[in-house]
Amino acid sequence: MAATASALGQLAALPAPRHYEDNPATRDRAWVKWGVIGVSLAFFAGFLLLPLATVFIEALRRGWSVYLAAIVEPDALAAVRLTVLAAAVALPLNLVFGVAAAWAVAKFEFRGKQFLISLIDLPFSVSPVVAGLVYVLIFGAQGWFGTWFIDNDLKVVFAVPGIVLATVFVTVPFIARELIPLMQAQGKEEEEAAIVLGASGWQTFRHVTLPNIRWGLLYGVVLCNARAMGEFGAVSVVSGHIRGLTNTMPLQIEILYNEYQFAAAFAVASLLALLALLTLVLKTFIEWRAALAAREQREEEAQ
Amino acid sequence: MSIEVHHIRKQFGSFTALDDVSLDFPSGELVALLGPSGCGKTTLLRIIAGLEQADSGRVILEGSDASATHVRERQVGFVFQHYALFRHMSVFDNVAFGLRVKPRAERPSEDAIRRKVTDLLKLVQLDWLADRFPSQLSGGQRQRIALARALAVEPRVLLLDEPFGALDAKVRKELRRWLRKLHDELHITSIFVTHDQEEALEVADRVVVMNRGQVEQIGSPEAVWHAPATPFVYSFLGSVNRFHGHADAGALQIDAQRIAHDADEPLAAGAEVIAFARPHELDIDTDLSVLEGLRARVTRIQAFGLTARIELERNDLEDTVHHHEVELPLDRLVALQLSVGREVRLTPSRLKVFAEPAANLAA
Repeated sequence: MAATASALGQLAALPAPRHYEDNPATRDRAWVKWGVIGVSLAFFAGFLLLPLATVFIEALRRGWSVYLAAIVEPDALAAVRLTVLAAAVALPLNLVFGVAAAWAVAKFEFRGKQFLISLIDLPFSVSPVVAGLVYVLIFGAQGWFGTWFIDNDLKVVFAVPGIVLATVFVTVPFIARELIPLMQAQGKEEEEAAIVLGASGWQTFRHVTLPNIRWGLLYGVVLCNARAMGEFGAVSVVSGHIRGLTNTMPLQIEILYNEYQFAAAFAVASLLALLALLTLVLKTFIEWRAALAAREQREEEAQ
Repeated sequence: MSIEVHHIRKQFGSFTALDDVSLDFPSGELVALLGPSGCGKTTLLRIIAGLEQADSGRVILEGSDASATHVRERQVGFVFQHYALFRHMSVFDNVAFGLRVKPRAERPSEDAIRRKVTDLLKLVQLDWLADRFPSQLSGGQRQRIALARALAVEPRVLLLDEPFGALDAKVRKELRRWLRKLHDELHITSIFVTHDQEEALEVADRVVVMNRGQVEQIGSPEAVWHAPATPFVYSFLGSVNRFHGHADAGALQIDAQRIAHDADEPLAAGAEVIAFARPHELDIDTDLSVLEGLRARVTRIQAFGLTARIELERNDLEDTVHHHEVELPLDRLVALQLSVGREVRLTPSRLKVFAEPAANLAA
């Protein structure tokens, strides 16, 4: 049809993607080019690659057996379990909250919307240590509700609930921040179309909204998970550093390091480094898929 | 199914989108809501669909008050300007959506759904695209799929919001003929919103012209074109020449000059009036000794096509320049031997005069 033809015409009219240096007008001299590349490579190697390599080299310096022994050590395993638990609670909570907040911001007009958006960013702008202290202040023995919790034999601070709470707090923004611009860009026409066709609210969300935001959502989840497992400051304040009970992996690493057990410290650290690498791979894959989806959408709008 | 709206009002903040609108859409007709952007036509359509709530007033579908019925239960088909197809679903799944989300008791079997969707895709002549995704279709194809999707749930009325607004001119033209044909086959009560007068006049059985949240005129395309009821309708439909002046016993007094008119209702002598004549309703006379008519100067002559278009300028006593446009048969142009810069007289063969209320000055 004519519309297709014109869209193809538009595509053909777009300049082909070209390298900056293919054009003599914008080409730099060779020493500039290699200078810039050299500096960035040196920085990359010195500040990013070297520390990462160091983690694995130090972890394996005394051989596999020491490495494995450090990881299966009961306190280390307890730290891994606690970290996974904290992430396992924080992720679903933030998933629900993030989607709900993004939905509210993107699809509804209401008083205090800007305030809600700012509030979502709070954990980014406040120091994690402060966040931890707030929980101590509220739930600690001398805190506002501390006595009530003690009377009822509930421990929050210096116990697992405190760690989970602190983790939830610092990871709140990740999913919501990822979804809000995405959902705002997509508008509400598809949802309206679904409702006119008789779909219930849940059917609309399940079959229309969710598939449209799935890559953004997954991206947020991956980032959220990385932060949940790697969080140090806030968790450190509420933890109390009880070995085998309230130490997460980052805290465990610090303790081992302070006790000069370098091989053990780096062994546990290597687990976190592996997690980081896995996160990067996932993130790259999701970004690639999201870019693909975005391009399809652009082409759709271009027609 | 018939649609009635009674005394609908809708306010967005301080902006009045609809101001006491009452309309009656008889069963089986294809009606166009026509007006400039911001006139409230889309809001009215969305209120009928239930996507928007009126501040007051009632929507009556087939004799029963549907004002409180949720959009889900109103059984309307809605076609959006930007298609709103589900981008992650194939064409087939898009059309099947309305059937698949029905409660289990009413839901047809997957076999029945398949048959129904295939029939609908055949109806919109796109059955060969069933497995494609919306991003792989052209704009015209997408809008036809959107229509098939709306028809799948067997709506009692079909509402189309600027259905061809996002398409280019050629596809638009094709698609509106096709829509007319489809309506003649299905006879489903349909309302479509447009700001394109040509589209409204060509496709609709009846045209509702709206302006500033109010209905200006309702009538057949011929009626609104030939007998515009208000100054707004006159200026909105097609090009028109406008004259301000005073009524004076069967004539219009403009400054020191007079032109005759044939107003039906008597106008008070000396009353402020506004008069309209279409370009083809004006004639040009080169004999300047006669007093009847308006003196003007030719500024441009376009002599291609079946008729010639002549643009003129007229200065009034306050030296404001008025622009006029006249359409003449080519042989008349040759007979007049017009040239740019020539002084001529404009004499209307038909002049529609309205008493001018102060509020309508800007219209």
